[in-house]
Amino acid sequence: MVTGHGPVERLVRLWLPVGFFLVLALFPFYWMAITSLKPNSELYNRRVMPLILHHPTLKHYVDLLTQTGFLTWTWNTMLVAVVSTAISLVLGVVLAYPLARMRFAGAGLIAMTVAAIYLVPQPLLFIPLADVINRLGLGNTLTAVILTYPTMLVPFCAWLLLGYFKTVPMELEEAARIDGASRLQTMRQIFLPLCTPGFISAGIFAFTLSQNEFLYALIFLTKSSVRTVPVGVIAELIRGDVFYWGQLMAGALLGSIPVALIYSFFVEHYVAGLTSGAVKG
Amino acid sequence: MSVRSEPFVGAARPGRHIATLASWLDRQSVFSWLMMAPPLLFLAALVGYPFCYGILLSLQDRPVAHAGTFVGLKNFATNLHDPLFWRVALNTFVYTALATLLKMVGGLALALAMNQQFPLKNLVRALMLLPFIVPTVLSTVAWMWILDPAFSVLNWLLVLVGVPKPGPSWLGNPILAMISIIVINTWRGLPFYGITLLAGLQTVPPELYEAATIDGASGWQRFRYVTLPLLQPIILIVTLFSVIFTFADFQLVYVLTHGGPQNATQLFATYAFDIAMGAGQLGLGASVALAMLPALALLIVALTIYLRKG
Repeated sequence: MVTGHGPVERLVRLWLPVGFFLVLALFPFYWMAITSLKPNSELYNRRVMPLILHHPTLKHYVDLLTQTGFLTWTWNTMLVAVVSTAISLVLGVVLAYPLARMRFAGAGLIAMTVAAIYLVPQPLLFIPLADVINRLGLGNTLTAVILTYPTMLVPFCAWLLLGYFKTVPMELEEAARIDGASRLQTMRQIFLPLCTPGFISAGIFAFTLSQNEFLYALIFLTKSSVRTVPVGVIAELIRGDVFYWGQLMAGALLGSIPVALIYSFFVEHYVAGLTSGAVKG
Repeated sequence: MSVRSEPFVGAARPGRHIATLASWLDRQSVFSWLMMAPPLLFLAALVGYPFCYGILLSLQDRPVAHAGTFVGLKNFATNLHDPLFWRVALNTFVYTALATLLKMVGGLALALAMNQQFPLKNLVRALMLLPFIVPTVLSTVAWMWILDPAFSVLNWLLVLVGVPKPGPSWLGNPILAMISIIVINTWRGLPFYGITLLAGLQTVPPELYEAATIDGASGWQRFRYVTLPLLQPIILIVTLFSVIFTFADFQLVYVLTHGGPQNATQLFATYAFDIAMGAGQLGLGASVALAMLPALALLIVALTIYLRKG
């Protein structure tokens, strides 16, 4: 890479742009954090310099956790994200493995269909799906979202895993087949243990996507006891025209922490998953 | 290594039927279709069926909780004569085009800036991606507070540098509201562009730059004739992805403006939601959602074909 060496050039070419993007990316989170720690007297006083914290308080957090359903919403969100991620990984594997390893008529068509479904955005489906869920009597149950999230996550996991599976060498499976293992045994005992990094990538993506989902949760979950964090925050912390900004920011911050935490542990897997699809294209 | 050397399927097999069944199951096509049956049936039931049912709904007058009556293409005709529908189409087009352009240019700038050696690079890259991974609704709430009519921190800063008090009404003015949703969509999507393009940049062989430098190419020429052509496939894929999901965006607009003020930020998805869930007209709502289909289908087919080639 050809880069400048002088300190001024390095400032202009590196630190100014990187600093700009970093401040832009992080300021909303900083603003969330300090707003959630400010007492109302400071929050709604225009004469106080807003960018720093003068009298920190945990009142908004205490109120959020004791006076709203936030803990219930968090539990619901986690449950839904974990179960729908697990379902999607299993279904994704059984969909991707034959596409990656077997030769059969129709494989190309199925692979294309999976890719196309992965790209279908929810707003195209939510109206008929709402009617289907109602007719099944699943309105206001977590089952409604646990069933519908995998419609986005299965094609996604299958597509990501398909790419990963193709990078795993076939020799071990061939050896196992020669030794007389059935196809199922070869897949389960030889192949799948080699694919842990792929599962981690797909799992994190599926988990963050389910935590992020809003439209289906908004339509299917209208009772506080079954709501997820994004819907609970929007529907119940904004009451009419009254905004409880301290609580809202506390909720936004706490709601972001599970995703951010998981992401921070597996950031390399996340980036690998993010770039594999496009880079290999 | 867990490769077993003894045969899995023993020679002492009880009967010929089981042996035939086992060898039938071992055929590639049988094994594949049996394996794929559960996910394919699942997708057929919860994607394929709702999709077809949505088309049927769009041909009906179907108030919520009532039986539908078939009305042919009446809903689509209603849309074509509805000035608001055209406003929504224009909004969606402007939103998608400008947000995509900003993300592309900004993402390329971010990738170029990050494609240098500096301390804590991995940490910086991880932090840069935060807007992309945090649930959209939650970060949008933070933006709502940043743009609050009475206590906007952005306006506080603008007033400091001389903008007359109280500063612009970001979400109250139709044009500013559109700018706001474009900027916030860009804020969220830019890291995806940046990090993906960065991965692409890192695959460009350094010898190419060295050769270009020896040939007397300037920095701009190296970018224009070496970097850009090599990045082109990645830019295309990322852009198609981003166009599809910006075009059908719902969350950001629903939370920040509800389509307002005066429908200035109403997009296809939020408009369909208002008609179907707000006014309870499932048929008309489905027809608005399906109005996205021609453009989406074109994009999806293009991207699918492109991904398959890779």
